[in-house]
Amino acid sequence: MSKECITLVVNGKTYEEEVEPRELLSDVLRHKLGLTGTHVGCEHGVCGSCTVFINGKSARTCLAFAAQCDGFEITTIEGLGTVNEMHPVQQAFWDKHGLQCGFCTPGMMIAAIDLLNENPNPDREDIVEAVSGNLCRCTGYQTIIEAIEQAAEHMRKERV
Amino acid sequence: MTNPKNRPIPASRQREGADQSFKWIGKSMKRVEDPKLLVGKGVYIDDVSLPNMLHAVALRSPYAHALIKSIDTKDALALKGVVSIMTGEDVAKSTGVLPTFSNPPVEQRCVAVDRVRHVGEPVVLVVAESRYIAEDALELIYVEYEELPVVNDLVEAVHATGDAVLHPYLGDTNVASHRNFSFGPVDEDFNNADVIIKRNLRWPRSGAQPMETCGAVASYDCGQEKFTIHVNFSMYNYVGWLLADTLGVPANKLNIVPVLAGGSFGSKLFLHKVPIIAATLARECGQPVKYIEDRIDNITACDAHGSDRVYTCELALDENRKMTSLRCEVIDDYGAYFQFGLGTHGNALSQITGPYRLGSVELDVTAVFTNKCQQGAIRGFGAEVSNYVMERMVDAACSELGMDPIEFRLANYIQPDEFPYYIPTGNLYDSGNYPAVLNKAIELLDYDGWRKKQEEARKEGRYIGIGLAACQERSVFSATEFWMLNKDPGFSLTSTPESVTVKIDQLGCAVITLYAPFWGTSPETMATMILAEQLTINPKDIAVIYADTDHGLPSAGPGGSRYTAMIAGALVSASGTLKTKLLKVAALMLEASPDDMELRDGKVGVKGSPEREKTFAEVAMQSHLFRLSLPDDPEFDSGLTVSSTYDHPLTTPPSEDRSDLGIFYPIMGHMCHMPVVEVDVETGQVKFLDYVAVHDCGTVVNPMTLDGHVRGGTVHGVGTALYEEYQYDDQGQILTASYADYLIPTASEAPPEIRVGHVETPSPFTEFGIKGGGEGGRMGAPPAIASAIEDALRPLGVKADFLPLTPARLRGLIRESQNLEE
Repeated sequence: MSKECITLVVNGKTYEEEVEPRELLSDVLRHKLGLTGTHVGCEHGVCGSCTVFINGKSARTCLAFAAQCDGFEITTIEGLGTVNEMHPVQQAFWDKHGLQCGFCTPGMMIAAIDLLNENPNPDREDIVEAVSGNLCRCTGYQTIIEAIEQAAEHMRKERV
Repeated sequence: MTNPKNRPIPASRQREGADQSFKWIGKSMKRVEDPKLLVGKGVYIDDVSLPNMLHAVALRSPYAHALIKSIDTKDALALKGVVSIMTGEDVAKSTGVLPTFSNPPVEQRCVAVDRVRHVGEPVVLVVAESRYIAEDALELIYVEYEELPVVNDLVEAVHATGDAVLHPYLGDTNVASHRNFSFGPVDEDFNNADVIIKRNLRWPRSGAQPMETCGAVASYDCGQEKFTIHVNFSMYNYVGWLLADTLGVPANKLNIVPVLAGGSFGSKLFLHKVPIIAATLARECGQPVKYIEDRIDNITACDAHGSDRVYTCELALDENRKMTSLRCEVIDDYGAYFQFGLGTHGNALSQITGPYRLGSVELDVTAVFTNKCQQGAIRGFGAEVSNYVMERMVDAACSELGMDPIEFRLANYIQPDEFPYYIPTGNLYDSGNYPAVLNKAIELLDYDGWRKKQEEARKEGRYIGIGLAACQERSVFSATEFWMLNKDPGFSLTSTPESVTVKIDQLGCAVITLYAPFWGTSPETMATMILAEQLTINPKDIAVIYADTDHGLPSAGPGGSRYTAMIAGALVSASGTLKTKLLKVAALMLEASPDDMELRDGKVGVKGSPEREKTFAEVAMQSHLFRLSLPDDPEFDSGLTVSSTYDHPLTTPPSEDRSDLGIFYPIMGHMCHMPVVEVDVETGQVKFLDYVAVHDCGTVVNPMTLDGHVRGGTVHGVGTALYEEYQYDDQGQILTASYADYLIPTASEAPPEIRVGHVETPSPFTEFGIKGGGEGGRMGAPPAIASAIEDALRPLGVKADFLPLTPARLRGLIRESQNLEE
């Protein structure tokens, strides 16, 4: 199959990659760029584990072709924070026990940050709605919701 | 058999009691596993990549039951990038049958030979340079099938003969096993009964469905003739050698390397097909091969569907409204194979009479083969079903006899002063305080308050219901249950051990080696807390690693809610030995008597002399490097590393005829779940208004993570009760092969808040009194939710005797009852 050369700006770094038109963004991120923090759970757009930011909006990488994203800016879990300097959402997930196996967590946190970017002061219902497209089998969601509440509060204070 | 009540209680081997003040145990600790997971650096199976690695996919059977007449792979092989293609026959030349605990063995192969028995069963394997190319090749393989009659219905399966028989070499029947187990004076209790309550109950086929599927990356070193398999398989240090046997190599020629598992809930307990496929292909190709199930593979062929049972039950009550006996006839649809035999019923028999004082019980179980994916382990392992059955029967008795469900339970409970308590099957309940759990739940929920609200809502035409389920959570299994119920057990008994190695390194920090993987629970945090408790070491100075089978020690890993109790046992042993050496070496260094020494905050010091002490680092350096400064006695040999194996703390063999199952699952947790639901009678939708779950898991190690398990398991139970079902049509086609059709609860379906409470009745048999708690939520939620729905719809007389109660089905029940009224 013919390949084309695309440019992706991932977590601030520019990559040039030869891809087939049919290659999923999830596969390119994970297996070509080595960014395995983006997880693939269902490959049919339901579970949300593979969610990243594409040009600032959350999107499922199992439903996107890499070739469609030529020139786009992408942020994955690896671009959010480090162990010593966590993003407030990462810190809140840790504090509130918002994860167990950790597989859905990257996508869940991207969905949460997407919400907080749009709505810095969400109520519980807003949060439930925002993460209802992301499946978690471990937590029962309650501590995820509490973590997002904590992160929202922290981020509001930071803004002031 | 002798009346179990008259049997002696085995002596406890507990060394560390619950009645002491703890620094770490019992306090919430943030997980040490989390930082790497939060920044995307956890390594799961699909993150493993080896040089020259190839990618495998399986051609799945489109038929539920058919003979394979021919397979043409020529075009597929010609596709550029395809490296190898193996049919079942090809695979069978080098690789044997998959391991099974059934006896007589039910033969399963990683790729079907001659016959397919369910949709999704692998028929051909393709290896290519990329998964894309491998999947392209699937389109170029032509398989000719001859269809056979499909067995889909579990009741009809009992009578199937001829071509409809899945395993003709086992006889002209699809009955995999039929056994009758009777414990205590069942007939007498029923003859003397004042009332007999009868119900037919249905438990649906559902699954664990972790977010990560099963996968393996295998390589074969033809120089050493040795396999290495990376796989998200939990029991690798327990039964990994069985995979070596399937591959036809000695166990020392197979190294199984653990990776993080993205959830299991039982389903990754015993992986065989996936690692065997990867290993077979790696040997064939001479290159590493990755094989990862996609979601369709996982739903249709993961070998881990849950129990699928139809029950006919009778409950006997005496004139005082005390339950005396339970009689169940059950048909269980095991699917196409039978890897654990009747293990899921063995599990249930450990607690089949629930928290109640029934004197006898009978279980007549018929296991059938059908053209579906086979059953495996999933949170509860069959005992979640018997919890549903017992509680449904209790609710039925209360409802038919007009008794209060709380008073009735309190009157029938085993009382706190009766423990340890033998139930009729021969299993022992170690400890418990069931009234305390129920009373705490009532208080937490404000039960009376909700009853008032319910009454007011009824006046407004709203249907609010308060559910109640009082259930057992057996924990710390002896794996004997996997084969105990085989007519001719192929194996003798096991104590199901667990091991740790603890090393204090040269600088005084600790490394704990675990022999089972992380599968979403909190093994590192738990082990860290317990070691910190025992050695007074700071948790931040403790690291945890996972050993492969090359470095393996006996371990069965997480499962059956055993891991915390078992690791605690192994850590008490290891830390005890280490402590002795630390005290002795420090005593020599300080010229004091070892008897006068103590551990304090990561130091070893002389009691009463705060200034006379050595840090762990000083003592460790001395022990590791300066042997010659220490006495010439083997106890001072270089190093500070101890490995300890902890055998099951309390297990006894069953009788030969299985009229007594022995003690096999004795560390008995308990829970009371009280959900409040509102049913929309127009749509059948169930909404949670409140949810209280009070658990007694003995001594709690980490309240935060235990609560996490309870909540997660409860929402899994919400799925089982309301949404999830693997549905097959008459042709054995699965109708729920994706997440568009197999509905896992999202944040919108979960109860907004699950309020968790604890009662702590320590086990007298485990270290610190710990009991397991990993499965509890799912073992209590389904009957509690059924009870709440029935309570809500009491004015309509709807019975919640089958699950899942999807909106459409609930609406159907409501419609039926309204039609009856009219």
